Amino acid sequence: MTVSNFSRRAVIGLLTAAGLAAPAAADVDFTGKTIEWVIPFSETGGSAKWANFFAPLLANELPGTPTVVVKFMPGAGSTKGANWFQEQDEGDGTLLFGSSGSTQFPYLLGDPRVRYEYNDWNAVMASGTGGVAYLNAEDGAKFDGSANGLKDIDFIYGSQGATRLDLVPLLAWEMLGMNVEPVFGIKGRGDGRLMFERGEATIDYQTTSGYLGGSTALVTDGKAVPMMTWGALDADGNIVRDPTFPDIATFKEVCEATEGCETSGEAWDAWKAFFVAGFPVQKLAFLPAGTSQDVIDTYTAAFNAVVARSDFAEISSKRVGEYPVFTGASAQTALGTATNVPDEAKAFVVNWLKEAYGVELN
Amino acid sequence: METFATALPALSDAWALILQPVVLGYLVLGVVMGLAVGVFPGLGGIAGLSLLLPFMFGMDPILGLALMIGMVAVVPTSDTFASVLMGIPGSSASQATVLDGFPMAKKGEAARALSAAFASSLFGGLVGASFLTVFILIARPIVLAFGLPEMLMITILGLSMVAVLAGRIPLKGLAAAGLGLMIGTIGEADAGGSLRMASYDIPYLTDGLKLVIVGLGIFAIPEIVSLLRQDRSIAKGASLGGGWMDGVKDWFANIWLSVRCSIIGVVVGVIPGLGGSVVDWIAYGHAVQTTKDKSNFGKGEVRGVIGPESSNNAKEGGGLVPTLLFGIPGSGSMAIFIGAVALLGSGEIEVGPSMLKNNLDITYSIVWLLALANVVGTVLCIAASGGIAKLTTIRFTYLAPFLFMLISFAAFQSGQNFEDLLALFTIGLIGIFLRRFDWSRPAFLIGFVLSNPVEKFTNQAFQIASFRFRKGFEEGMDYVFSPIVIVLIIITVVSVVLGIRQAKSIMAEGDVQSGSKRAPMVFLLVIAGYLTFALINANMIPDYNMTDKIIPLVIGGFSLACCLILMVQMMRRPEGDSIFADKEVAGEDADAPFGLWSTLAWFGGLIVATWFVGFILALIGFLISFFRVRAGASWGMTLVLTACGIGFMCLMAGALNRDFPPGLLQGAVDLPWPLK
Repeated sequence: MTVSNFSRRAVIGLLTAAGLAAPAAADVDFTGKTIEWVIPFSETGGSAKWANFFAPLLANELPGTPTVVVKFMPGAGSTKGANWFQEQDEGDGTLLFGSSGSTQFPYLLGDPRVRYEYNDWNAVMASGTGGVAYLNAEDGAKFDGSANGLKDIDFIYGSQGATRLDLVPLLAWEMLGMNVEPVFGIKGRGDGRLMFERGEATIDYQTTSGYLGGSTALVTDGKAVPMMTWGALDADGNIVRDPTFPDIATFKEVCEATEGCETSGEAWDAWKAFFVAGFPVQKLAFLPAGTSQDVIDTYTAAFNAVVARSDFAEISSKRVGEYPVFTGASAQTALGTATNVPDEAKAFVVNWLKEAYGVELN
Repeated sequence: METFATALPALSDAWALILQPVVLGYLVLGVVMGLAVGVFPGLGGIAGLSLLLPFMFGMDPILGLALMIGMVAVVPTSDTFASVLMGIPGSSASQATVLDGFPMAKKGEAARALSAAFASSLFGGLVGASFLTVFILIARPIVLAFGLPEMLMITILGLSMVAVLAGRIPLKGLAAAGLGLMIGTIGEADAGGSLRMASYDIPYLTDGLKLVIVGLGIFAIPEIVSLLRQDRSIAKGASLGGGWMDGVKDWFANIWLSVRCSIIGVVVGVIPGLGGSVVDWIAYGHAVQTTKDKSNFGKGEVRGVIGPESSNNAKEGGGLVPTLLFGIPGSGSMAIFIGAVALLGSGEIEVGPSMLKNNLDITYSIVWLLALANVVGTVLCIAASGGIAKLTTIRFTYLAPFLFMLISFAAFQSGQNFEDLLALFTIGLIGIFLRRFDWSRPAFLIGFVLSNPVEKFTNQAFQIASFRFRKGFEEGMDYVFSPIVIVLIIITVVSVVLGIRQAKSIMAEGDVQSGSKRAPMVFLLVIAGYLTFALINANMIPDYNMTDKIIPLVIGGFSLACCLILMVQMMRRPEGDSIFADKEVAGEDADAPFGLWSTLAWFGGLIVATWFVGFILALIGFLISFFRVRAGASWGMTLVLTACGIGFMCLMAGALNRDFPPGLLQGAVDLPWPLK
């Protein structure tokens, strides 16, 4: 299976990059303890699903099989929960925090509400997803692997907001020279797909699980034409085809084939930086600042054991998607790639958001 | 017809799955847990389901479904207790029930109101399930026919119910609805992210106010405070008339109303994106419009209970359609439900378009488990209603502290900020004055509930319509004026015309006496002042974010105009005119032995103490001093009641894994739960 190959390569790559040996099992015991896994979103979002999937598995693998409960602390686009976590100093491993692309983007964009600092925290697990963009049947007929035939068409797209994960597709389409008008204010990608199905939106994108669950049926029925994936990262940090969709070209390929679209330079670097922060390293689990190395090692070992379950590929693919799960130091490395965005890239995106959508982030 | 040929075997498979003793056992277990959770206003299905999630991993799908559905299904049923007995709307599903249910309880007819409500719920649930069994097969194209203009029109239809509920002075009703809409726009705009009446320095406001808090503040607090001031039992004279059989008979006498409202419930529930926010108001409006003698609405008309209650359970069934067919949750609990289904078994059930093709038997099991859970839950509730109704004969001074405890906790759960309590207090104050000066509280709440949909659908529909018009005039017209839109426009116009004619006879606040000019005028000036300030604030949003400012500008301008006209009328009319309605002039409130501010100070004290020492410690102090000082109870009684209150709070919060609001003390010292 290409997926496991890919994930193995990626994990090994990141492990080597961090120069890490497998952590020794430490003398930490959680018998009778309750571990709170705080999610800065409501009970209803994707992060909730992610944490609820991992929580019982993690509880089984931690020494002393503690109870792991998922707690929700939504507010201010997840910055409330992250700001709260920044203040916490329980270094005994009874507090875990889950962040998502929606927590990473405000941090990268210098949102005034951000009072947290990723580099203070200890990442123990990271996982990602992919995304697929698709067109309606009529316009899809004009798509030939490049966006050259799409430049004179006005598209409409149901969007959650330009500063969210939607930044990645909107910037990609813009770079391809396409004219995509976002209709803001929808509540989730499911609503976006519904808008597409009703014919109100003419272009859409879904994350991997959303695409597999709802949009493949549209493709089969001839109502949608897949355009491109965002791709995935290989061990060297290059964008390669998404292992879940090996037959769909990546944005990089489409960009190369399209006149006027460059896979280098300011715009490309900015897009890639935000893509990495939003997709391959979308969700991270953290221990608070000041946690002892023993506790970090214990968690690393536990997450390693979760990922090493013989049935992990099977149970995870249906619930959180078939993407690599990074643990321990490789999670920390993943965090580095997701949050160390060059200043020029940030400046480019901030400026683009202002010019294209009038968004000012202060 | 091919689909129907596969449907029948699937239906019998579904029944074979459901009718196993162990499945039914899990269903009953879920129902009982749901009823226990449902007594907490404002928590409901979401809290319960989150509690079940850890057990769902790898569980046999049908057992997990039975457990979860049992729990979700009874919440709209069990929250009727709080709305009828205490006037506390537990969820958006029970807001309209408060209007007539609570006055019935005050008349001593609590048991009758409850059983009428439960019978309607049960019937609505069954009608919903039967309808869905057929409808779910053909629902997909119909759901897709509801685009943004259609959804906007349904929202406007919901808003048009303001006409029915505006009260004696229609302008006041309109202004109240406008104020509700404006309060609903507080926070970060959905479209462009501009801040309205908020600042990043106060992060609490950027998220806007939560429905739970506004519902509790507008309906519950004014009633609690008013009853507490009068120092009596909820049922006047502490007598109970009308047993539970009467309620069932009432329902049966109005069975056609129940049928119609159930169908309204399913149909509106089916449309994704609207959810339950409008259904019960549309049903209530329908009940009013189809009743010959309207004089009793707002004072305890049983049809006002039967209508919304028939629709709210039917809506749960309807809400399954977008959830199961499109994977788009119609409500918060449905969103958790989707997540939980993925955890079941080996993850083979995938909610979404494939549900009908691959799992039709499971789909039908879900529909009928829901119906069955309704039956079980309703029977339990009806059985309990006679006994629980006795609560209304207890001297209210003994109930009120517990109610303050419950609503504070519920408010805190909505956002887990101390500010939740402040917001509850502030909205409560608005509610108290709306009630005092006979401004329609239902109109305010409808405005608030529909604020976000109105703004969102208007902006989005406008944007897509202008996109279509750019392609061609005809294409644009086809989009905006689809047959569904035209039908909805006609219904709305008819309902507004009828509503305005009827509004005067429906007095949601009862017959309020009028008094001097000063107090009503001051309140009007305060509202006009807020609206002016909000207008200036909205106008400061830069023009490129037109989507974020247009609705506040239009609605705010309109409401302000209503206020100005009212002001002119107030200046011209003599004292004693109905425009100067004031509950403090004559009637229950005016004759009450306790003043408004001294009573409200108790609640304020609880909040202030929470700020310093955290909720549980503050609550201990509050309960002890309240029972001793205000209620004049003996020390023994005081301590027993306090212990009961604290014990119940800790038990529920502990079981549901919830925290309490912390205070300054908790910031300084580490304390063990529940004190932390």
